Amino acid sequence: MFGKLTTEALPYDPLVLAATALIVLVACSAIGALFYFKRWTWLWKEWITSVDHKKIGIMYILLSIVMLFRGFSDAVMMRSHQVLAVGEAKGFLPPDHYDQVFTAHGVIMIFFVAMPLMFGLINLMTPLQIGARDVAFPFLNSMSFWFTAFGALLMNTSLVIGDFARTGWLAYPPLSGLEYSPGVGVDYYIWAIQIAGIGTLISGINFFATILMMRCKGMTLMRMPVFTWTVFCSMILVVISFPILTATLALLSFDRLFDMHFFTSSFGGNPMMYVNLIWAWGHPEVYILILPAFGIFSEVVVSFARKKLFGYTSMIYATIAITVLSFLVWVHHFFTMGAGANVNAFFGIMTMIIAIPTGVKIFNWLFTMYRGRIRFASPMLWMMGFIATFTFGGMTGVLLSVPGIDFQLHNSLFLVAHFHNTIIGGVLFGYFAGITYWFPKIFGFTLNERLGKLAFWHWIVGFFVTFTPLYILGFMGMTRRLQHIGDPEWKPLLIVAAIGTAIIGIGIAIQVLQFIVSIKNRKQNLDTTGDPWDGRGLEWSTSSPPPHYNFAVIPTVYGRHPFWDVKYSPTHVPLVPVYEDIHMPKNTAVGFYIGGLAFVFGFCIVWHIMWLAVLAFIGMIACVIVRSFDEDREYVIHKDELLRIELLRHGGKL
Amino acid sequence: MFTNNTHHNQDPHHEVEYSKEDKALFGFWAYLMSDCLLFACLFEVYAVLKNSTFGGPTSQELFNMPFVLVQTLILLTSSFTYGLVSLHAHHTNHARKVLAWLSVTFLLGLAFLSMEIYEFMVLINEGHGPSTSAFLSAFFVLLGTHGAHVLVGLIWMAVLFVQVYKKGLTVANTGKLAVLGLFWHFLDIIWIFIFTIVYLMGVI
Repeated sequence: MFGKLTTEALPYDPLVLAATALIVLVACSAIGALFYFKRWTWLWKEWITSVDHKKIGIMYILLSIVMLFRGFSDAVMMRSHQVLAVGEAKGFLPPDHYDQVFTAHGVIMIFFVAMPLMFGLINLMTPLQIGARDVAFPFLNSMSFWFTAFGALLMNTSLVIGDFARTGWLAYPPLSGLEYSPGVGVDYYIWAIQIAGIGTLISGINFFATILMMRCKGMTLMRMPVFTWTVFCSMILVVISFPILTATLALLSFDRLFDMHFFTSSFGGNPMMYVNLIWAWGHPEVYILILPAFGIFSEVVVSFARKKLFGYTSMIYATIAITVLSFLVWVHHFFTMGAGANVNAFFGIMTMIIAIPTGVKIFNWLFTMYRGRIRFASPMLWMMGFIATFTFGGMTGVLLSVPGIDFQLHNSLFLVAHFHNTIIGGVLFGYFAGITYWFPKIFGFTLNERLGKLAFWHWIVGFFVTFTPLYILGFMGMTRRLQHIGDPEWKPLLIVAAIGTAIIGIGIAIQVLQFIVSIKNRKQNLDTTGDPWDGRGLEWSTSSPPPHYNFAVIPTVYGRHPFWDVKYSPTHVPLVPVYEDIHMPKNTAVGFYIGGLAFVFGFCIVWHIMWLAVLAFIGMIACVIVRSFDEDREYVIHKDELLRIELLRHGGKL
Repeated sequence: MFTNNTHHNQDPHHEVEYSKEDKALFGFWAYLMSDCLLFACLFEVYAVLKNSTFGGPTSQELFNMPFVLVQTLILLTSSFTYGLVSLHAHHTNHARKVLAWLSVTFLLGLAFLSMEIYEFMVLINEGHGPSTSAFLSAFFVLLGTHGAHVLVGLIWMAVLFVQVYKKGLTVANTGKLAVLGLFWHFLDIIWIFIFTIVYLMGVI
């Protein structure tokens, strides 16, 4: 009846129990608050069933922030455990638990922090930047979000019921096969990622189609804002690479569920094929994350250097070059596999070549800043911190791309420091810059600058204090994922790294404080113009926050800086707007239902409750069919109604 | 296939406003490309594991070519009959003929799927199931994934049959028929690759 699920699956370890208690407490107080303030209907109607890209974007970012807390707690546990597990000392995490912590840290940070943060910003800004009222497929957008959210929920369920994978974040077989990981941990891993990954794939198709088909009049490809361009390239990578992840995880799960032999070490299976396949997805994945961050930096640098972007065209071609090259380097993740000197040389050289378009971008940003009148606002600080940090991380990457050196540094802390260097310094700084930069557009008030700057300084200092010791430890021969450290000479550097983590922790606390203070003092920071940074793109031409239809009249674009040109044109006479009826998609709960059923399906497969898994799957198909019979999917805002809303929004005059 | 819903304008940069049906068609096309990559992975896995029989039966010993040829002809014919569905849906606008050819396509698809399931059952009963060797795992999963797609196509066809029967050839319904057409022909193309790479190359 309940498959492998028994009461033994409940937590017994005090640490896990405490975490479980905390989750239950937070969940209960959230539910209690919803009852107390009678907000259930509001939550359901305004958020859960919403197909508005701005609301979905906000929900993505909230999900990502919640998961960042969990991912960061894992980081704190690892750093402090290693300090306490040198020589005679045993530390506080048994190997069984420690292995789950580092696996969960990687999975959470990539799939449930970075990806939702990226899709949040893409959702918020892409339609506004291209002058569209929504995405191409609003219902699918809602469904994608719920796939991601329920994937995250499945991942967190593993904390309470059962356990998580002990395999590292990419779960290489044969370790992740049935023989060496007989429990449910790897199954949780597979299905949490599989469900979230399908959401990502659908989002990728959605934004690919949105950017190609929903641009306003005059918005040719070479007039698109750089952020939209990078999103476009990133979505191409999603569409091409995520099916590889889907297939690979499916094959691994077939090995585990049906005793097949794709990646087993006997019966002719080939574990190395898994490593190839997963990195054929995994390498493009890191560019999926970084490209939109590059786009954000390009927007930020223009606004705060008060110059137009240096080398727009070269920026676009560099992005496209990175998009193509990102598929030709995956073997550099496992030079030590023994593919042979020529193969390694090819992939090493391709990896070095990627540094060229990336360098083009770095110089473009620097030349944009050159002789600009720079305002040192917090998004600009993230941008400048990024240039220094990311260049450093890129250099160590080029170092690792030399196969001979890689043989020495493979799986060492040097590698760990390298990819954190690019992901924190590039992706995370980029998205933080994006959140600060676009926050007023979405919420109508700016974030507290003083705390924003303080958070930045803690992050960047904390980053270097944490990861510089790891680079050194890597050179000293310390490998990653060590639960116990034999060499006492490594201890001082591990202590420094732990201190760095604490500094980052303070940075995160300041960011939380920044949100609280900014919301509290929002009356003083209102953005009444819709253009707080003297921006250039269409997103600044509408009010802050934008109405749910984004633009009362779809704009027409004549250049790369549509809003700037209008704002500073001496001859520009604002036209009297001519309103037309607007067709908007209706809210629907089907996306939420399908995501929820996917969660039930995943959970049941993990615990081998096959009858319920089959029912949940049939339920998902039924939802799609029912939806296809529903032709009443849109509503119309009549032009008189539109005029009334617009008059109200503009205080009586247009 | 894309229709221009706005009247012609003078702007040198080509401007069109796409209808919902256009977007669905294009979005589905993008999805098919990603699906194509999913199959590419499975083909790659099959190619790598083809000779990893681990002492079990090889492809030469297992494949029944006349059977597969009949299967192939049935699927190809179903693609042709779906072509007739499209013809009547988009050009002659003849709802009853659409329904008739949709039914024929459905039956052919069902016949194809039944034959595939029969082939699987025979293999499993002879003791050559997917857990026998890496080669057979790859074989079952590649063909099974194609078969699962055909099943989805059949369910979709049944749903569209009901919708066309109820509402006739509305703009929404012809749009859906066009999308299903893409899917169905795509499955045909994948099958041609399976026929070539798995079966023909498997008996050489």
